[in-house]
Amino acid sequence: MQPTSHAFVENAHRALNDAQLHAALGHMKAGFQDKRAATIARMPEFEDLRDQGRAIKNHTLAHLDAYLERFEAKVTETGGRVHWAPTPAEARDAILKICQAAGARTVTKGKSMIAEEIALNEHLAANGIEPIETDLGEYIIQLRGELPSHIIAPAIHLVKEQVAESFYAHHTELDPKRPLDDARALTDEARAMLRQRFLAADVGITGANFLIAETGSTVIVTNEGNGDLTQNLPRIHIVIASIEKVVPTLEDSATILRLLARSATGQEYSAYTTFSTGPKRPGDLDGPDEFHVVILDNGRSALLGTPAQETLRCIRCGACMNHCPIYASVGGHAYGWVIPGPIGAAINPGLIGLEEAGHLPNASTFCGRCESVCPMRIPLPSIMRHWRERQHERKLSPGTVRAGLGLWAWAARRPRLYRFGTRLAAALLGRLGRRRGRLKRLPLAGGWTDWRDLPAPEGRTFQQHWAARRSGAGR
Amino acid sequence: MSAGRERILGGIRKGLGRGKLEGEALAAVEARLSAPARNLIPRRTALPTAELVDLFEKMATDVAATLRRVAGPDDVPDAVAEFLAGLNLPSEIKAAPDPRLDDIPWSKRPTLAVSHGAAADSDLTAVTAATAAIAETGTLMLASSAAAPTRLNFLPDNHIVVLRAGQVTGTYEDGWDLVRAAGALPRTVNFVTGPSRTGDIEQKIQLGAHGPRRLHIILVEDGGETGSS
Repeated sequence: MQPTSHAFVENAHRALNDAQLHAALGHMKAGFQDKRAATIARMPEFEDLRDQGRAIKNHTLAHLDAYLERFEAKVTETGGRVHWAPTPAEARDAILKICQAAGARTVTKGKSMIAEEIALNEHLAANGIEPIETDLGEYIIQLRGELPSHIIAPAIHLVKEQVAESFYAHHTELDPKRPLDDARALTDEARAMLRQRFLAADVGITGANFLIAETGSTVIVTNEGNGDLTQNLPRIHIVIASIEKVVPTLEDSATILRLLARSATGQEYSAYTTFSTGPKRPGDLDGPDEFHVVILDNGRSALLGTPAQETLRCIRCGACMNHCPIYASVGGHAYGWVIPGPIGAAINPGLIGLEEAGHLPNASTFCGRCESVCPMRIPLPSIMRHWRERQHERKLSPGTVRAGLGLWAWAARRPRLYRFGTRLAAALLGRLGRRRGRLKRLPLAGGWTDWRDLPAPEGRTFQQHWAARRSGAGR
Repeated sequence: MSAGRERILGGIRKGLGRGKLEGEALAAVEARLSAPARNLIPRRTALPTAELVDLFEKMATDVAATLRRVAGPDDVPDAVAEFLAGLNLPSEIKAAPDPRLDDIPWSKRPTLAVSHGAAADSDLTAVTAATAAIAETGTLMLASSAAAPTRLNFLPDNHIVVLRAGQVTGTYEDGWDLVRAAGALPRTVNFVTGPSRTGDIEQKIQLGAHGPRRLHIILVEDGGETGSS
């Protein structure tokens, strides 16, 4: 997809004024945070599992070439085929060729963020092949011509009235007076509408949560069962996955699967976890005749050996965005690319460039909740800081910010001057804000005070407080 | 092989600052792959067999599966018929052509119409066997074969699984041991935990998104060796 991350500031402003968006995002605490906390409380080994998950992925990334080669060998051995795609264009072409060779007219799709990344639907449609999203959330946003706003709940930005509106507009063969006022009715209608599409599709395309090097299996995790109907009913199953999805063994996937659902939706385990190995076997009564795996790089290998390598451990659970105060305020679309939230801020600059995605690592208060819930212990704030530093070095940050930082650095290297300056500022600002306890306007700080008040200092600087506390005189 | 392959593998090696993996490092990778080791196993399933079955029942029913215990295979036809009658569903099933279901005397319920094969769109109720049941999370492990077509697990509205008490095991790793022991990995291995569900509209959980609306487990307390597959 075409990123709009460079317009984050405008996107975020618009989102902050969108009452319907805030109503929709308001469900996140009960829907994600509370459930996650409750499930993890029932798993005393959770912290140890996180350590093991991190170790498995670190080991795999350090030997990534060898595991991918083994994966390919096993896929071939079991009758499937691997297609290597360094760029999105090569991935799109590989998939289109398979579809065209099969004379495909319609393609069903399980939810895949990689398919979003390579803008697969647009490419198929432009070539006369109709892509049909089957995950309920993806189906809804496809009808609306929107992009997913969350990696595991693509339509989380919508309220049910908006979904009903889209169903009335698109399902014109149904009675226009039918009631669609709750999630039950909407789910049933989507189920009925999609059933015929599942049965008629020529090709099914799914993503992958894991690739297993030991066996050449691909793994999908879903709750709806759409991914399974997508891969079982058509003649051809295509899996699209990025290079970092590989893990060594079935046992390694079992460990990370113990982290995935708990971190994502707060379930003990998702409803369906499916391991697919090759096409159907002789004698099988169903399953696909052909099995293809398209492996995408798109800039990931270039992150190896850099601080951003750690983002390649991500298992796309969404916990970081589910717990992020910024995401909860602006939603996923503001981030302007496939992966929103803290992990998007940490990985997108590496995938679409710092020029495009430079705002994202700055859209953080560094509160650290994302890192505290990340099952793979990705140090998200540190990686955002890494991108901020690169931005500063490459002079991509605003001139005023660089000048301000330069001034601060100059003063901070002169302790007496720094102490004098901060004392003066604290006293001055304290006096200015004495009456209200806060400041409504400040010269040179409009970026802050235009949107919120600055709490006024209460007379002493941090260093003075610190010194007093160390000497036991203050409290 | 392809140019794309060499570009990706070359890019990875460049990032990792080394050439093609060799020597001890390659040997370590080979060893890990040829003798897969278990990682940490949660203590939750360190239980005697009978309690493992109870844990499976609790975890499965917690996620909206229903479970009925019966004494032996002879009781299965009644259990199936009563499940369907209780929901006012037609007395018709599509059963997997699976030898693991051969000991069920369907003729005991002459009004129950039983056909065998892969699922068609018109089938409302599927009956299948299982490969194993994972007590840790109330998860059924269903491996595909000529006798166990996968579509039965997803297409019909109702999925009835005939599980033998001896098939209940603790962990996913136990399940993989059974599958590995049986030979080549099947095309599809489904881990099924409760019926199909979605929370995509306002995060309100609805059952029966695209897969089965109902998952009913008939647990046969007598019969079946541990983890037969």
